[in-house]
Amino acid sequence: MKHVFTVRIGPAGFRVGSDWRAPIRALERLYAGYPAPEDNIPDFTVRLFAARPWRHWLRPSITLGGDFVLPEAAPLPLSQGVLAAEMAMNLQMAMGQRRYLLLHASAVEREGRAVLMTGLSGAGKSTLAALLAARGWRLMGDEFALIDPASGLVHAFPRLVSLKNRAIEVVRKALPEGRFGPLLAGTPKGDIQHLVPDSRSIARMGDPARPALLLFPRFGFDNAERGLGPSEVFVRLTQASTNYVALGERGFAAMTRLVREVAACAIDYPDADAAITHVERLWATL
Amino acid sequence: MAERLYRAASAETLLIEPLDEFTLIFHRASGLTHLVAAPAPEIIAALDRDQISAATLLERLGTRYELGDASDELLQARLDELVAIGLVAAL
Repeated sequence: MKHVFTVRIGPAGFRVGSDWRAPIRALERLYAGYPAPEDNIPDFTVRLFAARPWRHWLRPSITLGGDFVLPEAAPLPLSQGVLAAEMAMNLQMAMGQRRYLLLHASAVEREGRAVLMTGLSGAGKSTLAALLAARGWRLMGDEFALIDPASGLVHAFPRLVSLKNRAIEVVRKALPEGRFGPLLAGTPKGDIQHLVPDSRSIARMGDPARPALLLFPRFGFDNAERGLGPSEVFVRLTQASTNYVALGERGFAAMTRLVREVAACAIDYPDADAAITHVERLWATL
Repeated sequence: MAERLYRAASAETLLIEPLDEFTLIFHRASGLTHLVAAPAPEIIAALDRDQISAATLLERLGTRYELGDASDELLQARLDELVAIGLVAAL
């Protein structure tokens, strides 16, 4: 690969190789302030390469590569290079991560304890994490929460926060000083804009936290809260995990511990302010 | 025809975690997780490694639990399910 970028996000080191300079330059700009992989040896390698050799020059479009590939993934236009890199990095984590039980969840921390939020795409995981970070919580991640099977602690994965569609304006308003990437209009997931986590969240990305609250938010409904029993939480979390089966007995032990020890609640909310009220209220009852 | 005998998977191959009205069973041999409700965990515990018939199993369960409306047919249905998911062997 002609152009290379390396970065460490939480415990995971990445190496992104690209046929073009532009996506690498964008990643360098957005991930300025992040450390390099430990010993400079990445855990995961991602490749962004021209869909066809001539497409390097003519209407350039990016195909993703790495240890794991999605054969049906459509090439993305070069202008969406950061999105392509993010998708490829997520895929390597989702498929290749074996040290931690990986939950498709956002996480924020306060006083050593963490709130984990998981749900379907559009539930508001990333938006809520960004809004809580704007209110002083430490952002641990908007996509993956990493549970250490040995300790039960959650480790941070504070990659760029991926904001979609209406969430972009909501978060920009809450974080007028925030650092944002370029607006990527008309991607396969709609409009996307990345938010750079605040410097404190980046500096403390190596600090794990004790999971204290599991939330299952749903956006677009009247306000409601419903406590969830351990077996329902177990089913929901195994659905939200990309590597539960691959971890075998370690995954089972980590998951049962989580559902036994951590309070869980489903919350429905009509707008961002209502969601924040739910989270702060539930947090105060712990 | 000889009566069918049943035996549960050995205890070392099972991690059993009662949660609420459901119990989780991780089957080490297959790596599969099963979420089961009563009377599945009770049947596995009562069978243990013995090779016994469904009738003997029903008697044994009767000495341990208040069985209520339990019948041969209901027990057979639950046993068939446990055989199907590989936690009980039909011999």
